[in-house]
Amino acid sequence: MSTWLRNNQVPALAGLAAVLLCSAIALVFFYAPEDADQGLSQKIFYFHVPIALTAYACFGWGAWKALLVLWKRTSGADLESYVAIHQGVIFGALTLITGSIWAKISWGVWWTWSEKQLVLFLVLFLFYSAYFMLRFSVEAGPQRENLCAVYALFGVVLIPVSFLAIRLSQRFIHPTVFTSRGPQMSTAQFATFCVALAAMIALAGALYRVELLSKRLDARLRELRELLA
Amino acid sequence: MSASEKYVAAAYLVVFAFVLLYVVIMALKLTRLERQVGELTELARRRAGG
Repeated sequence: MSTWLRNNQVPALAGLAAVLLCSAIALVFFYAPEDADQGLSQKIFYFHVPIALTAYACFGWGAWKALLVLWKRTSGADLESYVAIHQGVIFGALTLITGSIWAKISWGVWWTWSEKQLVLFLVLFLFYSAYFMLRFSVEAGPQRENLCAVYALFGVVLIPVSFLAIRLSQRFIHPTVFTSRGPQMSTAQFATFCVALAAMIALAGALYRVELLSKRLDARLRELRELLA
Repeated sequence: MSASEKYVAAAYLVVFAFVLLYVVIMALKLTRLERQVGELTELARRRAGG
């Protein structure tokens, strides 16, 4: 890795996210063919699904960092876990909003309680939203780190359940695109999806690093203030 | 503009608005951090001077 890239990881990641996002939007509207069944509304798929997968990735990353807190007592892993879960909740909220808009066009309703996939994702989202109530109700220190890490690890169990729920569902209103026979879409659609997924992961990575930087800076300033007081 | 077009535009606008909101929040936070650095620099300068 070049010295410039090593010293400017966050701007490089943000630049990559911007390029990939612009490319994804261009591919969605000018390259990917319109779906024969759903028409234009299927274009939401290219952002909705990558956002949902990114939310899962953020929760998974948060759980991994939580495991490092409990297992190796890695310095800073607690903050990294918290920031990853924060990103996951933001991307989770975006998944619910874009999904609701898509549901309104396709099914005529904003939400349906009979779909296991939707309800399980909502449960996962609410579970991780409650993480912040736990975190801010306990004073900072090893006890809070342990409690938050255990909670984050419990939540990660819901991810495979939520991910597989669509396959366990018996109603199949929610479309199944990725099956055991591979992605059920054309090459152009799949290529567009892959770029959109890379864009969302890069965006989440950039936001994660920016938030982490600002929180570390905040902590160091607080320490400096205490030293100078 | 058809209903489908409106909904697709809304979905993409939500994502775009989120990115913009995040930039605004980070800008506010940076402004606060810059002010705090200024205050600490002033404090350190006074300590060094007196």
